[in-house]
Amino acid sequence: MKLKLKIWRQKNGADAGAMVDYDLDNVSPDMSFLEMLDTLNEKLILDGDDPVAFDHDCREGICGSCGVVINGEAHGPEQTTACQLHMRAFSDGEEIIIEPWRAAPFPVIKDLVVNRSAFDRIIGAGGYITAPTGSAPEGNSTRIPKPDADEAFANATCIGCGACVAACPNGSASLFVSAKVTHLNLLPQGQPERTTRVLDMVEQMDAEGFGGCTNTGMCTVSCPKEIPFVSIANLNKEYRRAVKSGRKA
Amino acid sequence: MSEQTKFVGEGEFYRLGEAIADDKAPDGDVETRWERRKFASKLVNPSNRRKHKVIVVGTGLAGGAAGASLAEQGYHVVQFCFQDSPRRAHSIAAQGGINAAKNYRNDGDSIYRLFYDTVKGGDFRGRESNIYRLAENSVKIIDQCVAQGVPFAREYSGLLDTRSFGGVQVQRTFYARGQTGQQLLIGAYQALSKQIDAGNVEMHARHEMLDLIIIDGRARGIVARNLVTGELSTHLGDAVVLATGGYGNVFFLSTNAKGSNTSAIWRAHRRGAYFGNPCYTQIHPTCIPRSGDHQSKLTLMSESLRNDGRIWVPKEMGDTRSPDQIPEDERDYYLERIYPAFGNLVPRDIASRAAKNVCDEGRGVGPGGQGVYLDFADAIARMGEATVREKYGNLFDMYARITSENPYKQPMRIYPAVHYTMGGLWVDYDLQTTIPGLFAAGEANFSDHGANRLGASALMQGLSDGYFVLPTVLNNYIGSNKFAPVPTDAPEVTEVETLVKDRIEKLLSIQGDRTVDSFHRELGQIMWDYCGMARNDAGLRKAISEIRHLRDEFWKRVKVPGTGAELNQSLEKANRVADFIELGELMCIDALMREESCGGHFREESQTAEGEAERQDDKFSFVAAWEYGGEGRFGTVSGDPVLHQEELIFDYVHPAQRSYA
Amino acid sequence: MVETLSKNPRVTGFATLHRSTIGRKMIMAVTGLIMLAFVVVHMVGNLKIFFGETEFNEYAAWLRTIGEPALHEAWYLWIQRAVLTVALVLHIWAAVTLSRHDVNARPVKYHAKRKGGYATSTMRWGGVTLLLFIIWHILDMTTGTVNPATSHEPYERITAGFDQWWNVAIYTLAMVALCLHIWHGLWSAANTLGWNRATTAGFRTFAVFVALVVGFGFLLVPYSVVFGLVD
Repeated sequence: MKLKLKIWRQKNGADAGAMVDYDLDNVSPDMSFLEMLDTLNEKLILDGDDPVAFDHDCREGICGSCGVVINGEAHGPEQTTACQLHMRAFSDGEEIIIEPWRAAPFPVIKDLVVNRSAFDRIIGAGGYITAPTGSAPEGNSTRIPKPDADEAFANATCIGCGACVAACPNGSASLFVSAKVTHLNLLPQGQPERTTRVLDMVEQMDAEGFGGCTNTGMCTVSCPKEIPFVSIANLNKEYRRAVKSGRKA
Repeated sequence: MSEQTKFVGEGEFYRLGEAIADDKAPDGDVETRWERRKFASKLVNPSNRRKHKVIVVGTGLAGGAAGASLAEQGYHVVQFCFQDSPRRAHSIAAQGGINAAKNYRNDGDSIYRLFYDTVKGGDFRGRESNIYRLAENSVKIIDQCVAQGVPFAREYSGLLDTRSFGGVQVQRTFYARGQTGQQLLIGAYQALSKQIDAGNVEMHARHEMLDLIIIDGRARGIVARNLVTGELSTHLGDAVVLATGGYGNVFFLSTNAKGSNTSAIWRAHRRGAYFGNPCYTQIHPTCIPRSGDHQSKLTLMSESLRNDGRIWVPKEMGDTRSPDQIPEDERDYYLERIYPAFGNLVPRDIASRAAKNVCDEGRGVGPGGQGVYLDFADAIARMGEATVREKYGNLFDMYARITSENPYKQPMRIYPAVHYTMGGLWVDYDLQTTIPGLFAAGEANFSDHGANRLGASALMQGLSDGYFVLPTVLNNYIGSNKFAPVPTDAPEVTEVETLVKDRIEKLLSIQGDRTVDSFHRELGQIMWDYCGMARNDAGLRKAISEIRHLRDEFWKRVKVPGTGAELNQSLEKANRVADFIELGELMCIDALMREESCGGHFREESQTAEGEAERQDDKFSFVAAWEYGGEGRFGTVSGDPVLHQEELIFDYVHPAQRSYA
Repeated sequence: MVETLSKNPRVTGFATLHRSTIGRKMIMAVTGLIMLAFVVVHMVGNLKIFFGETEFNEYAAWLRTIGEPALHEAWYLWIQRAVLTVALVLHIWAAVTLSRHDVNARPVKYHAKRKGGYATSTMRWGGVTLLLFIIWHILDMTTGTVNPATSHEPYERITAGFDQWWNVAIYTLAMVALCLHIWHGLWSAANTLGWNRATTAGFRTFAVFVALVVGFGFLLVPYSVVFGLVD
């Protein structure tokens, strides 16, 4: 396959950046999208150019490192991560536009690499169940109905890649926050911190500068782990409940 | 290399040093060793802990759990990961599950049985004391993770579900669908995040450790590079924990994450930490084969597929017909033929080697002949497609996504791939390396799996080390030592800083004609060909010579674009590959020295009449702890590595030869 | 008015709800539902026009007497107007501040065109359209400022107003905007208020149904005038 690539190049956070065109030959349809970028980079290095920086690690769709906007869609045309997207999803001679996640709380570090530490701060604000090592009761002492456990699991599969933010026209992190709130607030272990968790996480989400949810549903169709949209309703419900019961101290 | 090293002998590529022993595990009753060790440990007054800084490198299961637990105790933790977030460490990719001797099934499981299975599974090359402690802690791990909200699979009763795994006869594997590692890691990450938010952990993401600082013989700090700005910074503390994972990426293609590397433990090794059993590599039989030269990594598929799939290749060499055109009597179901008792369910190492053998005979299928069929046609005929879909649907989907073949219609193609490294930094019972104050945990140490790791045991070991062992042993270490403040301009500090800086400048200055990846691929090919599933004397010698040549080439011809003062992924890779090349050589030397077959290490010279691995307990019942050969720079080595043997003593589980025929 | 929500003090109860994005969304949802309730009743009341001029004018006059004798004449109407005005102002305030916050969250746009995501822009531009329409509608039917009718009788205002084709066009455009606004707004409000069935196919169909009934119900009147069913 032959491809015409248009890639966002930006030397660092202070640089203005621009789209740059590249032609790439000999692309195999069996390559993953990131292997296609590897191939381009090998060529760029030997030509004396700076290779394109992009985040990646496990390349099996679970670590959440990779993520670029491909032809306007987060992670590209299939509902998976960029590392699991293969070049057979494109056609010979196609033009592919590759851009970084765009959101104020995700500033570009270089080329396609963005800083997603805002997500870590949201988790730190309340996305946990306090259980200091050594304090745990016997694992089977609390039964959890299977449907609750399954729903908690479905929300816990979030990989924190940020595609929801990239896909949302408002750069909202609602799906990310809702997945964690739903996971932890559903479980009996999560009950003592149920109120403060959602209030603190939403407060941090706002403070980071993520946009608000306008219920477009763009997040959920871009989510490689298919976190359901109903989780956002659940976030709102938990929020309403928390505001009603009031923050203690 | 320390000045006290005495040589007691010499091999062709190494020198033999004095024997080494673990002096931390108490003697006597194995069931109370850890309890007694804990009681004998020194404690640190809670109000004093804040004054002690502990450096933790890595945020996977071992590092994340340790960072959170130490911070909860009150220590000031300074933690590092090269990823952009502590949540992304490669523990996240573990699929299958985590073993624990809970005996919820009432099927005869016990701590002792898990201990027994692990010693045996490790082919009698692990340490009994450590393994018993691992089995003991397994029970507490499940409790800890449930309390954190890890959504383990549950039965309709609301109780925790378990499944069987890896050929053991009890159902002791706890799981969260195919994403157990992810869920456990997120649990540890959340606990760590809480401590970061509270200011108890100072987290440095996108930072890579490049060297270790030793003062008065004790580990006191590290030099790290900020991967965004390129800035080098020195971090000093009272103890250093390396929880930086395994080194399977020495093979270039493996199931490891692209960033997984050996640099932290290799730099520690160069500073004096012994390296234990570097040649023990686990090669997993059911991975998706490579599709071409562009391949950048390999993807594992759970070995549970072998429960219902049948493995075969064509009987004739070079048969290029599509699988549906090959009639039944022209197929060779080789595992069922060679191992009628176990069939397709032989252990990982045997299944892997058999696949290699048929492919070497020229009967492999798919691109390059590097694959065998894993056929579900019989299973679909027997159980129906719906049942197969329910059991394996997510794996079939993953396969279809990567290969664009429909495994319901045509057999899958699989091939073995490097998956886990049992070797790592040598540690005593306290997880302390031969450098006082330097601890190694999780896959980064060598300790608990002997020569072969059982399925669902890696997660268990990482969390046992992180949640339960390190907090105790660090208390003891800090409680038993005095720590004078280290001036940032101490000569030991500035010397290391200069070395790190020089090395980066050297890498950037070569400006040769080959990319870092081209060297990494070549190294991987040498390792795979000669130090992979089957190893022999001639091959290993060839590998050592080729790696030495490659090392020289690397330092002459590598091309690293850009500067050191920016995000430079080529430079990051160059730093790692330079270390992989040195490690690869040591792996080959270790494999050459160990003239027996055991677990993941198969020496063709040491096999039974049936072609099975043959251990030689009289000669090799020891841990190989390697001391760095000499303080060479830029790939030059001033001396051969020094082998120290730790004799393995089996008081409880007595060595026996494995047989699966 | 706060430009960014990042430095707001904490939300501690309903009185401080306006400090967060979700809080503002909830304010927008509740005020939207209040206005929707009014719109539905308004639409149903309008249909009285098909019972003739006298009955319609009597109905309009009765509206001024609701709550009597406890309330003075037209007091109820003023209370309702006050509630609706407050709701409208809060709704617009929330919309404007949230929109600014949202736009700030994506300072650099994508080069590639993206598919989907029309709901948000439809709500924003539709909202502006509706605001302009409300002003026009009050000038037309309440104060009569722009209405050609000479009498103050409601029936005559309607027939005179809709005898002008361009006025019918304005109302048609506005009702299309209203339809879309209710369609997305109704289930969106339910979702924002945390009703986890808001996104089910059933409820979304219901939202479309309400939107169409309101839109068609309102448009029945002007088009009946145009086609001479009401004169």
